[in-house]
Amino acid sequence: MTNSLEAALALSRFGLGARDGSLTAIAADPRGALRQEITSRSLAMPTGAELRPSPALLIDLFAFLKARRLERERKAPVAQTANGLGAAMASSAVGAPPTNNAMDNRPQQVFLAEVDARFNGTMRDPVIGFPERLAIFWANHFAVAISKGPEVRMTAGAFEREAIRPHLFGRFEDMLLAVETHAAMLAFLDNQQSIGPDSRAGVRAKRGLNENLAREIMELHTLGVDGGYSQRDVTSLARIITGWTIEREQRGPHGVPLGPPGTFVFNANAHEPGPQSVLGVSYRDDGVEQGRAALRDLARHPSTARHIAVKLVRHFVADAPPPSLVSRVADAFARTRGDLSAVYVALIGADEAWNPELGKVRSPIEYLVAMLRASGARPKPQAIMGMLNALGQPFWNPSGPNGFPDTVDAWASSEGLAMRIDAANLIAQSTPGTDDPRGFARSLLGPLLSSHTEHAMARAEDRKQALALAYLSPEFQRR
Amino acid sequence: MSTISRRPLVSPSRRAVIGGAGAFFAWAFAPRPGHASGARDPRFVVIVLRGALDGLTAVPAVGDPSYKSLRGDIAFGFDGANKALPLDNFFGLHPAMANFERLYRAKQAAIVHASATAYRDRSHFDGQDVLESGYATPGHTDSGWLNRLLATLPKGSGVASNSATRGLAIGSNAPLVIRGSAPVLGWAPATLKPADAELPARLSDLYAHTDPLFARLLSEGIQTGKIASGLDVKARGGAGDPNGMEQMATGAARLLAQPEGPRIAALAFEGWDTHAQELGRLARLLGGLDGAFAVFEKEMGPAWKDTVILAVTEFGRTAHVNGTQGTDHGTGTVMFLAGGAVRGGRVIADWPGLRSNQLREGRDLAATIDMRAIAKGVAVELLDASPTNLGQVVFPGSQAVAPARGLIA
Repeated sequence: MTNSLEAALALSRFGLGARDGSLTAIAADPRGALRQEITSRSLAMPTGAELRPSPALLIDLFAFLKARRLERERKAPVAQTANGLGAAMASSAVGAPPTNNAMDNRPQQVFLAEVDARFNGTMRDPVIGFPERLAIFWANHFAVAISKGPEVRMTAGAFEREAIRPHLFGRFEDMLLAVETHAAMLAFLDNQQSIGPDSRAGVRAKRGLNENLAREIMELHTLGVDGGYSQRDVTSLARIITGWTIEREQRGPHGVPLGPPGTFVFNANAHEPGPQSVLGVSYRDDGVEQGRAALRDLARHPSTARHIAVKLVRHFVADAPPPSLVSRVADAFARTRGDLSAVYVALIGADEAWNPELGKVRSPIEYLVAMLRASGARPKPQAIMGMLNALGQPFWNPSGPNGFPDTVDAWASSEGLAMRIDAANLIAQSTPGTDDPRGFARSLLGPLLSSHTEHAMARAEDRKQALALAYLSPEFQRR
Repeated sequence: MSTISRRPLVSPSRRAVIGGAGAFFAWAFAPRPGHASGARDPRFVVIVLRGALDGLTAVPAVGDPSYKSLRGDIAFGFDGANKALPLDNFFGLHPAMANFERLYRAKQAAIVHASATAYRDRSHFDGQDVLESGYATPGHTDSGWLNRLLATLPKGSGVASNSATRGLAIGSNAPLVIRGSAPVLGWAPATLKPADAELPARLSDLYAHTDPLFARLLSEGIQTGKIASGLDVKARGGAGDPNGMEQMATGAARLLAQPEGPRIAALAFEGWDTHAQELGRLARLLGGLDGAFAVFEKEMGPAWKDTVILAVTEFGRTAHVNGTQGTDHGTGTVMFLAGGAVRGGRVIADWPGLRSNQLREGRDLAATIDMRAIAKGVAVELLDASPTNLGQVVFPGSQAVAPARGLIA
């Protein structure tokens, strides 16, 4: 395979898409340039005034929610007398928060700032951007959805900054632990509500387990659905992680603070006492360490190595992952006890990963980012979210904890194509463009650019249309 | 790859003022100094028709003995099924252009036929560069001739008489013709969406050759109406759509009509590249252009009498109809002149004829009038532009192309 073809594949299959000059920049040694992004751990951290640590964001959120609650209570009697329909009606009539507009909506403000810091920030500078692609991959592997509520909306970005990025090139088990102890995940999968039935709090309040997080840890985050666990294992893990929660604004009359507000704390009062057995291993009850030990073992389990390998290969290379490539990646995972850098090196070092056939279709996020990088357009975050919503991949808001799907079928639809036509046209029309669209397309796609696309561009009625055709060409939509 | 210019076209504060449709009435100016009564306060509007308008469908040469046989199924006549509006006993006008015909009868509209820019190849991009940059060759995309015209008008009189910004660019992107160092206002209809009715048809062709999956999705999308295609496209307000043209014209006219508003404006209408099914598509597009002329006439009010609108395209199309009821890229075509200041009611042409030995390279309507001569003629008689500047700065290297005389009433 020629270097220029490998350079084009490095940018589209493993990167964020070419921008001005990136094909030439890596043409001498595309695989080396890709490996360099791994070994140098070249990952930018999103920044911005709103992008604070999650405890600070949560303190902000608690204050915001309290103010909103007080505002509602203040307005409620007025509404009652105004419409005279009685208390029941009135209380629902004032259900809409008075501070619901975007300017006053703190979680939405923070979320949009996080979107901006990525789509107009960290995704723009890298020559290839494999680390950013990995950040997107892992944030989707450990998916949270902002529609869950204000807590997740407020902290989804902090989750990615604090639990995903710092461990991107580190050990899988460190990422796993950071994820499962993060406010966003604990809120998203309800672990804050899970209480050991025999714990002091459970006995007192007659409440019990919520298995949601424990099940998804096994099914989605580590072993995989066929990874060899049973319902008994799920229940045991759920018991083990009872008491894993976030310190609220202030504890009730019974409790004293377990840590600073907004931080992860272990609430022994809610923790199910006693040893638990998961996958045949018994874990003695030593508080939070019981869960840490169980997660570490799950992270090192052979099923996890295979599950992660399949997902990585399916994401980057092919819907039907070549078994030899999966084995190679899983072996690297197992051999290094989940050293993710070694896993990535194994992935990109295999010839199967460089199949010149463009078997994957870019997801909407990848597609939009590729157009933004190519065009230099810098839309406002609201506009970016509008486009992603229309394209069918609302950022950090999948419909379930399994994240967005990762196969061609999921993104290849006529509705999706209709939206891509509109998005490509919008970006082609609203950016300054180029004097030489075909030269531009060649610089983006290199040898991937087909003569048919060049021909269609040459016949285009104007430059904007030629650009839209380039963005809609199969070689730009596929990778 | 060429670099992308990030230099703002207009100052952000002005753009913000003119940013939305409601801003028409937010336009505040210092009290008008008052023009001497009787003196002309001219307006000059250039409409770029991107895609290469077929002059022989817009203004069919019905009286030419070769016309009918060249055009086959898409030929017009003065009677019969495809009936053109007669302009004289030789030229007709496309029936979708009733407003323009009315203006023509009122001697406020004229046609220049068998004209072209200095460009003689057949690339849209290069052709539009030459048309808009004013240079004789492609590749000069820093500024357009209308902007340089504005910059070189004599100070202290006419258009350049005061400090107000006199250039106006309509649409989400300023056409090259008005880009340059002279400050220009930008305005786009709030509802203007960049829609491109032609894209699906072009994609359908591309995917048919390259990608069965995308070909199937596109065809499903078109069949189910999720993807608008060709003539079925719903009005979506773009620059290739009559509604969009009307909105752009309305915005431009209202701003130009302001006592201290801009005086020189550029718009671009799209979609004129009619390789197939030309009659239906041009009926729609020429109807849109015709509507735009009517909007200008109405919205300019008293300023209409001092207005010249010049509609130009990058080149013409083949004299022969092709195999898909359309025409391919050619050379000579028409220009439209409309406005109260136009000495109208005539077709300005040095007709080259349509016999095969009269066609350029045996295929195109030949060009006998240089587009620059017409633009220069308007600039001299309407705007007091200097012929020297026109020959050296506005249309560099065109000293040999004399300004046309007698275009302005």
